[in-house]
Amino acid sequence: MKKWTTAAVLSCAVALGACTDADRFGTDSSYGSGTNSGSEGLGSSADPSSIAYFQEAVGDRVLFAVDQSTLSEEGRLVVLAQANWLLANTDYIAVIEGHADEQGTREYNLALGARRASAVQELLIAQGVAGNRIRTVSFGKERPLEVCSEESCYAENRRAVTVLTANVTG
Amino acid sequence: MSRLLVTLTMALLTLGPWLAPAQAQNTPLRIEITDGVIEPLPYAVPEFVAETQGSNQVAKDISRVIAEDLNGTGLFREIPAKAHISSITNFGSPVQYADWKAINAQALITGGVAVRGNELEVKFRVYDVFAGTELGNGLRFKGTVDGWRRMAHKVADAVYSRITGEGGYFDSRVVYVAETGPKNDRKKRLAVMDYDGANLQYLTDSSAIVLAPRFSPTGDRVLYTSYETGFPQVYVLDVGSVRRKVLSNESGTMSFAPRFSPDGKSVVMSVTEAGNTDLYQMDIGSGRRQRLTSTPSIETAPSYSPDGSKIVFESDRSGTQQLYIMNAAGGEATRISFGKGRYGTPVWSPRGDLIAFTKQHNGRFHIGVMRTDGSEERLLTASFLDEGPTWSPNGRVIMFTRETRGAGGAATLYSVDVSGRNLKPVKISGGGSDPSWSPLQ
Repeated sequence: MKKWTTAAVLSCAVALGACTDADRFGTDSSYGSGTNSGSEGLGSSADPSSIAYFQEAVGDRVLFAVDQSTLSEEGRLVVLAQANWLLANTDYIAVIEGHADEQGTREYNLALGARRASAVQELLIAQGVAGNRIRTVSFGKERPLEVCSEESCYAENRRAVTVLTANVTG
Repeated sequence: MSRLLVTLTMALLTLGPWLAPAQAQNTPLRIEITDGVIEPLPYAVPEFVAETQGSNQVAKDISRVIAEDLNGTGLFREIPAKAHISSITNFGSPVQYADWKAINAQALITGGVAVRGNELEVKFRVYDVFAGTELGNGLRFKGTVDGWRRMAHKVADAVYSRITGEGGYFDSRVVYVAETGPKNDRKKRLAVMDYDGANLQYLTDSSAIVLAPRFSPTGDRVLYTSYETGFPQVYVLDVGSVRRKVLSNESGTMSFAPRFSPDGKSVVMSVTEAGNTDLYQMDIGSGRRQRLTSTPSIETAPSYSPDGSKIVFESDRSGTQQLYIMNAAGGEATRISFGKGRYGTPVWSPRGDLIAFTKQHNGRFHIGVMRTDGSEERLLTASFLDEGPTWSPNGRVIMFTRETRGAGGAATLYSVDVSGRNLKPVKISGGGSDPSWSPLQ
């Protein structure tokens, strides 16, 4: 990341006063928003210790009511299942991503997404998952899954997703 | 870019030899901006006189930018050149008031432009046509040819200021988030441009989400939130060198919604720990952090009063988002919003008199203003999603984000007068959000 800042300064200096090229940075293909799993394979959902199994059979996400961060009974059951899985598969660490729908201001939605991620984290820890295996992050309304401006989409976007990666440091 | 600004250090000189006579006593030319509905003031700006060889084009361009600045305020109406009876061929010659009166030009702006090498000199005069006098003294700006747009903005600011009695806002910049791509894969990068959309430059690439840039009180630095580590953290970026450094980098905590103190030495922002968001103040030099709020509710979107003594912010401590004011050192906060709906993103006006905010009510979003005690709430806009107001340097115009609904929804920048008039999109290419207006340069 440090490289492009230097390059930009240099190209400006070369062009002297004429540093008016708006696009000093190339276009980027990679985009690490972390909305899905890590770079290693998901494995087969037939393998109960795979990320694919976690996503499909255990359930990697819980949904929230408008402006709420309290887990629903259904959501609670999903998180309990996640806790059991994490306790059985200690090679994985998790980042819980909290999200909000677009019906809110940017800053508030960041804080709301953090509350949602934290609600999942607290329950996982209460179930015995080591706190140092779980981090939280909020994306607010920046990464909607569904793009319509209707409640059907908003409901899917008000979510906390448990994203797994292999714990390479052991 | 700072290089451009440095070479642009302008000489601002009163044109001594042509001092105006004492102001006429009968009804001076004046627009009162606070009036609810006003008729735009008709004026003429004949093309500035090209006083050296090869200065024709820049003279023409400068005249155009001055007119666009003034017309864009909604307070002035330009009388087109084809209606002019007189033409100005010599900046020093006496003005034929009768010719300008005949076409009802209440104000007349004349100017001269000279290019010598890379040096550009622009001079101008403003006339109160019906009083038959010059309004203020002639002025001369010196700069470089590269900086011709800034010189034009400076002339327009001076004209605006003389006629309205208030500071201008044309020689200013806006930092914002340039947006491209579909709603579920939006690419965001910081961009800075002149207030009118010219001279666009990007400050970051789009490899990480960036949010809500905020200009420093001198316009040389920008605070913003970036996900470049995967977690939202507050960064400070030098606009000239585009070098940046992380301000708050504690593992496991998120920081966002930063804003400079009026002295530019510290930052107030939100920090989230264990899911709870509170306000902190941080000294930029030492990195020393002081907690300002300590509640289980969400405290965010802080903004200092111009004198730095108070902070307005939003909190859901009452159950919904509302606006509060507390001392800059923290402590008891006083709620100021009591209307229906939710209130967020408060921003203190540079004049100190008003708070701009985003309001959500009945599924609509509004940009509004209220007095600092919460009285005289006035909604200026309404749409599917308006948010994030920022003030022009003179506290008369508000720029904000407007996002359209649906799968193809996109964000763009809009501006509106504090009176609610003159709502219009800001000219940018592509999408944009989270504008922050610089001080007058």
